[in-house]
Amino acid sequence: MPSLGSIRRSFTPWEDAGAKPYISFKNVTKRFGDFTAVDNLSLDVYEREFFSLLGPSGCGKTTLLRMLAGFEEPTEGELYLDGQPLKGVPPHKRPVNMMFQSYALFPHMNVADNIAFGLRQDGMEKSAREERVAQMLKLVKLEEFARRKPHQLSGGQRQRVALARSVAKRPKLLILDEPLGALDKKLREETQFELMDLQQQLGLTFMIVTHDQEEAMTMSDRIAVMDKGIIAQTGTPAEIYEAPNSRYVADFIGSVNILEGKVVSSGDGHVEIDGPDGKFVGAVRSHAPADGATAWFAIRPEKMRVSREKPDGVDNAIKGEVWDIGYLGDMTIVNIRLESGKVVQAAMINQSRIVDDPIGYDEHIWLSFSADAGVVLDR
Amino acid sequence: MLRAISNRLVILIPYVWLLFFFLLPFLIVLRIALSDLEYGAPPYTPQFSYTDSWAVIWDKLSQFDFENFTFLFSDSLYINSYLSSLQIAFVSMILTLLIGFPLAYGMARAPLGLRPTLLMLVILPFWTSFLIRVYAWIGILKQEGLLNQLLLWLGVIDTPLEILSTNKAVYIGIVYSYLPFMVLPIYSTLEKMDESLVEAARDLGCTQIAAFWKITARLAVPGILAGCLLVFIPAVGEFVIPDLLGGSGTLMIGKTLWIEFFNNSDWTVASAIATVLLVVLVVPIVWFQNAQARATETGK
Repeated sequence: MPSLGSIRRSFTPWEDAGAKPYISFKNVTKRFGDFTAVDNLSLDVYEREFFSLLGPSGCGKTTLLRMLAGFEEPTEGELYLDGQPLKGVPPHKRPVNMMFQSYALFPHMNVADNIAFGLRQDGMEKSAREERVAQMLKLVKLEEFARRKPHQLSGGQRQRVALARSVAKRPKLLILDEPLGALDKKLREETQFELMDLQQQLGLTFMIVTHDQEEAMTMSDRIAVMDKGIIAQTGTPAEIYEAPNSRYVADFIGSVNILEGKVVSSGDGHVEIDGPDGKFVGAVRSHAPADGATAWFAIRPEKMRVSREKPDGVDNAIKGEVWDIGYLGDMTIVNIRLESGKVVQAAMINQSRIVDDPIGYDEHIWLSFSADAGVVLDR
Repeated sequence: MLRAISNRLVILIPYVWLLFFFLLPFLIVLRIALSDLEYGAPPYTPQFSYTDSWAVIWDKLSQFDFENFTFLFSDSLYINSYLSSLQIAFVSMILTLLIGFPLAYGMARAPLGLRPTLLMLVILPFWTSFLIRVYAWIGILKQEGLLNQLLLWLGVIDTPLEILSTNKAVYIGIVYSYLPFMVLPIYSTLEKMDESLVEAARDLGCTQIAAFWKITARLAVPGILAGCLLVFIPAVGEFVIPDLLGGSGTLMIGKTLWIEFFNNSDWTVASAIATVLLVVLVVPIVWFQNAQARATETGK
């Protein structure tokens, strides 16, 4: 029997042309008065996928979820769940449950009654209901808190009650609106893995909204980065991080240095750009920008090397001066001022405890990186 | 130390207030209720004087009796007045709730920018004297009043409706006058409510109507109880509205008390009526408060 990890790794239904999408947004537009929250958006999500919608506030990600749950109807376009159109189906008839950002726990009911609420609505028999509630309490490790009221619980406990309540009805699809937003950093990191385990255990499709890129990267099979009502890019965390399709996506996920220039030559999947910061050769993501067009070379800080001497045989090397040094323990962030005046960031992993002669402030250094370490973007 | 004393003093203020403006007046009323009627000024006996010796005071105290209270129960007029007052107040309370809840709900769900205006409109009538507003209803409800003229002109009715000087007018008056006291507490509970609770209920399988009853109405209970208390209690003792809008057939304890006091100059019976009214009202007040404490506790 393959391990959970190997199942996860081999789980790529979006690459299979014959796979049937579980959720399908087809040219969906949602307007509130003059404001277009979602703009002609199409998206397919597959069964058992852990899918994240990532974007800044106001980008339309929550509206997308609310349309799926049935609280908003699309102004234009169609929504399908498991092949069935969702138009006109009220929230209580959708096989979808939602976990709310505010948790929305019923304050007048105790934990057990909160979890049992949905089951009661379905008319589930008392014994079966009690069994399911006990099961859910065990799942979120809140057995001793069954009789507590929500206001007697901590933030993390409330979050788990909300989670238990939303999966109690065994929905095929769980949508989560900023599920970890109200938790502190440490608890959030722990809970991320709990959510992933839960999703695997129950075999659910998760659709999650978040503005926290680390959270999305850790948990998701795929991420859609949203910008002003459209999807800027959809892909696995690695694709989004290593091969962003635009400066917006590159900048939204992680730290990035962006060097602007005009394309001077191209060929063999690489282009050379020339700009105020220097000449760089970089890999092209999909289609190469035309010669003479403006392009941007995007490179992550950890992919740049800092050295005192100009290294030999590298694709790109630029001179700079150490401007700021930030020691983070596991790595050191160095801000380097280029001769053009632009400040870029490089990250150095601290592999040894003691470095004899560390690079210091105001030192003149060389920054080097290979052509494939970054991507050339045309927008 | 000084701080502890000043803290105690602050807590003392409401007690002192209650002592001087509630307990003392009540004791005076009770003392009159226990006295006997006499023609004179003041019209009751015994009277105490500073020059009385202990023996005289003792003698006078022994004249106190419950005659006036037993009298209240010997004449059906008083019992009927109490019952009729309770009934009118209860029906008015229900009507006020039926009108007030949708109003408060609409206000709480109105766009945020509009809410202060709506709230102002609810409070606006308080800028005019209560008495004048009740008087204005006479002009609306009377035989040739605005309402009848309008209905006749619209052709809804052929003969003018008889509303003024009936219990209907009293209900209209009470519901109109006390509506803000119902709307405001309900509004404040609904406004605080997280709207995603209703969405969560719908998401978990409730129809919109079921979600309303199970969540919205349930969480508004503290506000509903407060509103009912604020309408019911003063409505029971209401005098102005039944006097101005009600007819000779309108029996309310406030009116009966007024007649005893001013028309019959029977201070002793009037005081007994007031004392019994207070005792009668303590029961619902205590019940309401307990219910409210429970609702607030669970509603946290």
